[in-house]
Amino acid sequence: MQDRIGPNRSGTITLPDSFPLKGLAGKKIRTFGFIQPLLDGVKLFTKEDITPSAVDRKIYFIAPALALFPAFALGATLPWGPNFGLYGILTPVADVEIGVLYALAISSLGAYGIVLAGYASNNKYSLMGGLRASAQLISYELAMAMSVACIVMAVGSMKLTNVVVEQEKPLWGLLEGVQNWFILTPFGFIAAVIFLIAVIAETNRAPFDLPEAENELIAGYHTEYSSMKFAVFFMGEYAAMFIFSGIFAALFLGGYNILPVNWNHLYQSTGNNLFHIIDNANYWLAPIVFLGKCFGGITFFVWLRATLPRLRYDQLMDLGWKSLLPISVANFIVVGIWIIGTSLYGPIGGWGAAIAAMVITLVLYLNILSVSKKGAPANDKRTVTMVTSPKRTVTLVDPAKTETP
Amino acid sequence: MFNILHQIPIAAVHDEIPLAAFLGLSLAMFALGSLGVLIRKNPVVVFMCIELMLNAVNLSFLSFAAYPSAAVAARDPFASAMAGQSMVICVMAIAAAEVAVGLGIIMAIFRYRNQVDVDDMNTMRG
Amino acid sequence: MTLNQVAFIILAVIALLGGIGVVFLKSPVRSALALVINFITLGMVYFMLGHQMLGISQIVVYAGAIMVLFLFVIMILRSQHPEEDTSLWKDRRFAFGLLGGALTVALIYNFVIQPTQSTYGATFDRDYGTPQAIGKVFFTQYVYPFEIISVLLLLGVVGSIMLAKRKF
Repeated sequence: MQDRIGPNRSGTITLPDSFPLKGLAGKKIRTFGFIQPLLDGVKLFTKEDITPSAVDRKIYFIAPALALFPAFALGATLPWGPNFGLYGILTPVADVEIGVLYALAISSLGAYGIVLAGYASNNKYSLMGGLRASAQLISYELAMAMSVACIVMAVGSMKLTNVVVEQEKPLWGLLEGVQNWFILTPFGFIAAVIFLIAVIAETNRAPFDLPEAENELIAGYHTEYSSMKFAVFFMGEYAAMFIFSGIFAALFLGGYNILPVNWNHLYQSTGNNLFHIIDNANYWLAPIVFLGKCFGGITFFVWLRATLPRLRYDQLMDLGWKSLLPISVANFIVVGIWIIGTSLYGPIGGWGAAIAAMVITLVLYLNILSVSKKGAPANDKRTVTMVTSPKRTVTLVDPAKTETP
Repeated sequence: MFNILHQIPIAAVHDEIPLAAFLGLSLAMFALGSLGVLIRKNPVVVFMCIELMLNAVNLSFLSFAAYPSAAVAARDPFASAMAGQSMVICVMAIAAAEVAVGLGIIMAIFRYRNQVDVDDMNTMRG
Repeated sequence: MTLNQVAFIILAVIALLGGIGVVFLKSPVRSALALVINFITLGMVYFMLGHQMLGISQIVVYAGAIMVLFLFVIMILRSQHPEEDTSLWKDRRFAFGLLGGALTVALIYNFVIQPTQSTYGATFDRDYGTPQAIGKVFFTQYVYPFEIISVLLLLGVVGSIMLAKRKF
């Protein structure tokens, strides 16, 4: 079992003694772990593919495909580059007016793979795991759509290319040399945080990965799936992570721009030719920068998985419905007030109105929260009381004071 | 070359596919939906056939919105297109609310019964 | 046989197969999946007609939310009542249902499809399907239906929560 092809031998490869090139036979090659994904794929491909006998066959076989298809179809409206010149005919794949809404629609189709996988396994625990996972998905879709709606309202168009172009304008409408990446604006920062949390929950990724955790409900909705079908589920999850980080980059991080600096403005004001070169590089390297931001997103996901502990299911649903949704709706109202303020009084008046609205909304929200919690039992703190009979008392023995013979 | 993939013109659809094709599809879906409501026993499936009928009506509204008649085209075809789409948005919203409440009712009724059969819901029969 | 016609024929056939599947498949889960296929292909037909916003709303609302809800309820009810529809063909209702369906088809064909063969199809400004156009109309001309629908959705939310509680 240990000498099968697999990832636990991917640090060094020991060439066999019967290698054709006699000079290299028996040598060890260090690969620094770069071939780990390849060997993972080979392992999953060569594992035995077990199909339980009592499953609903047609749905059992189609569920992994249904989980994979939305993950790949999600990236059709990503802006890999600006919309003129050479990149104008290449990006995005589908230049429809409904850019971001397409991504939200296709991501909501991702719930089917999970529900059907749980159902087809003919296993009560898999069914429960599948239903819980899809309930989590549709809960966080709301917060995600609301935070995307804030950005769409601020831009005035759903196309992601227009969102990136809007982010190239001056910061807050005032500072000329800096780009207005939405994560640097107050409402955009809140929307970005909410969107990030919602995306982590949408892709069933830690700390929201209760449905697929190995030690909860066995393995959740993909208990009965082995080797390649399991690999298809995970391929779908990683592809969704990649494309969602791309959407996050396009909406909040300025898309294909390298830094939030307006190179053209710096070139005009200082005359230094370096800024002109960087401006051109910003155009030609646009897809690579976008890809780099997607990779940064995936790094963030993996980092987060290693850092945070898993959320319990009721904590997860409370977070989605009671915290994220009200905050994102309040953010939406603030963006509306900002838009009115900007159109009536210019940028400074707009920001003044927005900050006033934020303060009022925060005060109202805290008030309502404290009022609604007045009569509710405090069930967030679970205390355990030990019931002992009245005659016996429990004394804790201090280990430092006992004498060990 | 890739530009053609960005915008397939809608005028081509108007010239090549007649309105009757869309209406025929809507008709077939509506007939199937009504057939299903009359035939099926399982209440959830009956509900799904109702949704099928609603979608057939949506398709009919939208095809008339996109293919205005000559009389409407002389007046204001854009307004009639927007009216059709607004009606469909209303229908979609109403269908969503109806599904939520209807499935709640179905679950509340059938939680405590041993069979799921719409024909057994006859306590109000006169 | 242009590309548009081929695309429409393929989409229409798949949508009709989905519709037939909803009515005639025995297992409720399979008929729900057939309805999902129907909704998605119908969304694509909306795209063909130029209604971008409504096509994607069809996929978000119907295929993405309503059908997931249907699947939830079917699975929860199935785990409590594991039975299926069996006596479909031998039922008297089937004959009546077929007759009713044929009558519906005949009526609609005679009064709706036949008259529209030649008078419809005028051309006009094509941006009627974009979200901007719909948004503009919904906040100026149809603002009352918009507000009433928001109240109706609130009613739906409150009603379904009330129905789901075990004790009032």
